[in-house]
Amino acid sequence: MATETAAIHRMTEPGSMRRIGLFIPCYVDMLFPEVGIATLELLERLGFEVGYPLGQTCCGQPMSNSGDERNAAQAEHLFVENFKDFDCIVGPAGSCVKQVRQHFDTIEQTDAVQHVRQHTYELVEFLHDIAKVHDFPWAEFHHSVGLHNSCSSIRGLGLAKPSEIMETPFNKTADLLEKVKGLVLVPLDRPDDCCGFGGTFCVTDPAVSARMGIEKVRDHLRHGAEYIASPDMSCLMHQQGIARRAGLDIKFVHVAQILNGGPFPERGDAIQ
Amino acid sequence: MSTNKPVDVVTRAEAFIRQDDIHEPMHDRFLWATMQRRDAEAAALPEWEKLRDLASQIKEHTLTHLDEYLTQFEANATKRGAKVHWARDVAEHNDIVYGILHERGVTELIKSKSMLQEECVMTPYLETRGITVTESDLGERIQQLDGQPPSHIVFPAIHKTRQEVARLFARTIGTDPNNDDPHVLTEAMRNNARPRFLAAGAGMTGANFAVAETGTFVVCTNEGNADIGASVPPLHIANIGIEKLLPRVEDLGVFLRLLARSGEGAPLTQYSSHFTGPRKGGELHIVLVDNGRSRRLGMPDFWHSLKCIRCGACMNTCPVYRRGGGLAYGATYAGPIGVILDPTFDEHKYSELPFHSTLCGSCSAVCPVKIDISEQILKWRRVMASKGYLPLAKRLSFAIAGHVFGHPGEYHALQKTAAPALHHAPHFLLYNQTLNPWGRERDIPQLAKQTFREWYLAHRRNNGNQHTES
Amino acid sequence: METNTLSRESILAAIRQNLPPQRVSRPRIPAFPGPGRPLRLTFKEHLRLTFEEHLTKAGAAAHPVGSPAAAAAKLVALHPSAQVVCSAVPEIAGTRRAEDVHDPHALADVDVGVMRAQFGVAESGAVWVTQEDLIVTALGFLSQQLVVLLDPNEIVSDMHEAYRRVRLQETAYGCFMAGPSATADIEATLVHGAQGARSLDVFFLPRA
Repeated sequence: MATETAAIHRMTEPGSMRRIGLFIPCYVDMLFPEVGIATLELLERLGFEVGYPLGQTCCGQPMSNSGDERNAAQAEHLFVENFKDFDCIVGPAGSCVKQVRQHFDTIEQTDAVQHVRQHTYELVEFLHDIAKVHDFPWAEFHHSVGLHNSCSSIRGLGLAKPSEIMETPFNKTADLLEKVKGLVLVPLDRPDDCCGFGGTFCVTDPAVSARMGIEKVRDHLRHGAEYIASPDMSCLMHQQGIARRAGLDIKFVHVAQILNGGPFPERGDAIQ
Repeated sequence: MSTNKPVDVVTRAEAFIRQDDIHEPMHDRFLWATMQRRDAEAAALPEWEKLRDLASQIKEHTLTHLDEYLTQFEANATKRGAKVHWARDVAEHNDIVYGILHERGVTELIKSKSMLQEECVMTPYLETRGITVTESDLGERIQQLDGQPPSHIVFPAIHKTRQEVARLFARTIGTDPNNDDPHVLTEAMRNNARPRFLAAGAGMTGANFAVAETGTFVVCTNEGNADIGASVPPLHIANIGIEKLLPRVEDLGVFLRLLARSGEGAPLTQYSSHFTGPRKGGELHIVLVDNGRSRRLGMPDFWHSLKCIRCGACMNTCPVYRRGGGLAYGATYAGPIGVILDPTFDEHKYSELPFHSTLCGSCSAVCPVKIDISEQILKWRRVMASKGYLPLAKRLSFAIAGHVFGHPGEYHALQKTAAPALHHAPHFLLYNQTLNPWGRERDIPQLAKQTFREWYLAHRRNNGNQHTES
Repeated sequence: METNTLSRESILAAIRQNLPPQRVSRPRIPAFPGPGRPLRLTFKEHLRLTFEEHLTKAGAAAHPVGSPAAAAAKLVALHPSAQVVCSAVPEIAGTRRAEDVHDPHALADVDVGVMRAQFGVAESGAVWVTQEDLIVTALGFLSQQLVVLLDPNEIVSDMHEAYRRVRLQETAYGCFMAGPSATADIEATLVHGAQGARSLDVFFLPRA
């Protein structure tokens, strides 16, 4: 992924970031709108002009990851249609962004498709590498937080050094979270072992998925995390479901919400 | 290719998990500990990632010149006094091996661990023809006595508790069923196997590497069982997959430094044995085996799987393998490497394996020869989908989803109708085991009172920000 | 025989037909610097200490001995109840000479096998032992315990150096032995003496 990151830097000088297309994954739209709101507000606070194409639906990942490229193609085409006129596209979801950048490769590679593939960013990498945000003065989060490093974000998009690779350690999400007043990141026994969501895997292989998920949550609990935070809400959705079923007292939050200072509907913040 | 029902890896994995709360946690713990040792060894070598690059490139070079290196190996091995045979498939391999043994009146064979011999289903073939075959590797012997295949290529019985092994040995080799001390059990197996080594008419090994430059093949073990089998009986037979070739002796430096660190977390196995021609007073036969490897070489998406050096690291790191166990795969090769190899032997039988993965990518990151295992798993899913091997329910729902996601008007309409339905659906329907696999293991997330899109339209539409409509 | 030529040609033909279009070139294997040497140690001392460290981790042990007599005494001290000591080295007489053994099966009763290794490898604690060193290769594997003589000045840094020293074409058998026979096949519990030697002791003794 090193060459991909280099490509991002080469192609996207900060000055050229005029109009951002806001990519809100389908499940965020329906289940976790606060993540979308936080992302939008955060980008606006940083001075970006943000558009939200109302016609967007889905990046096609559930179909594409199951090998069903034919049925993914319709969603992929629509995605490109919606976003092709933006300078860049930002979405608060590592797995969806990975899908766009790496797996929109079976549809015809028109100029529009290539533009969209090369200019779609996950929120953390956008903030860390492109916008180069050093401070979040409006944000406070006086809690112990366990960082869930999703597989898509670290092994797919290079947001952190994967534990298997022997190179200089780095973690872009941790870099950002460490700038938030009061936030304490807890260590974990298995920082980047998969949580078992895996898209449709969580319903096609439910027993294995549940074992993976509960052990991830327990790791966070063992280290005193009050919140599990991640750039990927899909992983959190899976772990949240498992935690609730097991009656475990731990909360889940997307990094966008932390970095923006809200909204936090779990705390009763209104989002009407 | 066959009329076998697909292996139901999901159900088998679930059975491994549900049998009790001892087996799966133990299995996961042991393999995770192996990974921690691997990480420590790898971190101690500043050149670790460089070694992986070199190993990958050496293998790619060898495979793209494979015919040259095979003939060079054959010539050099023959010059040193080995007899080299070629087997196109399982049948030819077994026939050749039987022929060599039968010609010399051998009735007892002792063998060391070889995945290739598993592939060839060699043991039953020989046993029905009057040749006793004894596994000498402890893990393999355990599995042989239990009538099961190995579940892991380095630790064949890692899925068993010591109590199970104690009961098995009591039943088969007459030990005390209540003594489950691994030291005692290992000693019992040592004393049981030793006379078989001494009585065997032939020893058989596989090979980790075969060096074209000198006609040498290398066998890495911890027990030294391959060495006993090669040094005591007068006849040594080695079967070697054609993809095991390396060009030169110096290449071994790269691979020996990666193999045991990756698979076990030690700098080397206890014994790394190099055979070049027969030993003094002995006879050596080498069987080079194709069995689909040359065909795989011609698959642009999958030929990189031939780089595999059978280290086992991908199994150790794979969370799905650690939780569900190796026997779930129902194939010679388990874990991530199994997912990408087994369909080349039987596409239909192993059509479900590529979905037994979260595509987390850890396997690709640990593979010492940098096989793009995770990407190949996804590509196999595409193959399975295009051949209609997706389970019917998935195919139908994806066709609907594909259509709906391609048409925003329909998508938004569906959101509007689905939302109230979900809010008001009775609990038993939502949490029904069959209808809602999500609900089997997890609570269902609440639908938001307002989607993001609705919030945006209410709060932003008239605020002067640009947006596009469809 | 004829079937085999057919199979051979068929396999080679199938390979040639299926060779991937990319003709990847052989990479050059660079020299790697190896772990830093603490300043107070000489290079040789550093190699020996690293060798001992890894040898110990692999379940073996290293002993400095000053002379062949001391080596013989050390062997008795380590294995006081050994009845059959089969030696392939001049420095230790043993109760049986490996040169006199012609059938490997005759080594089944050996308590201690004695051999000399050609060199050691610091990064793994392994020693390189060949058919010529063993005289009868089964000596290394049927013996219940092993004693290996090694010149402490003959230790190389890593496997790359090791493979520059071995002469694979000159010996039918060569083995990097890193320690005694071991297994962790039962509940991942480490056990020594699985099939081969139960123990391995390296005696640092230059050649006579």
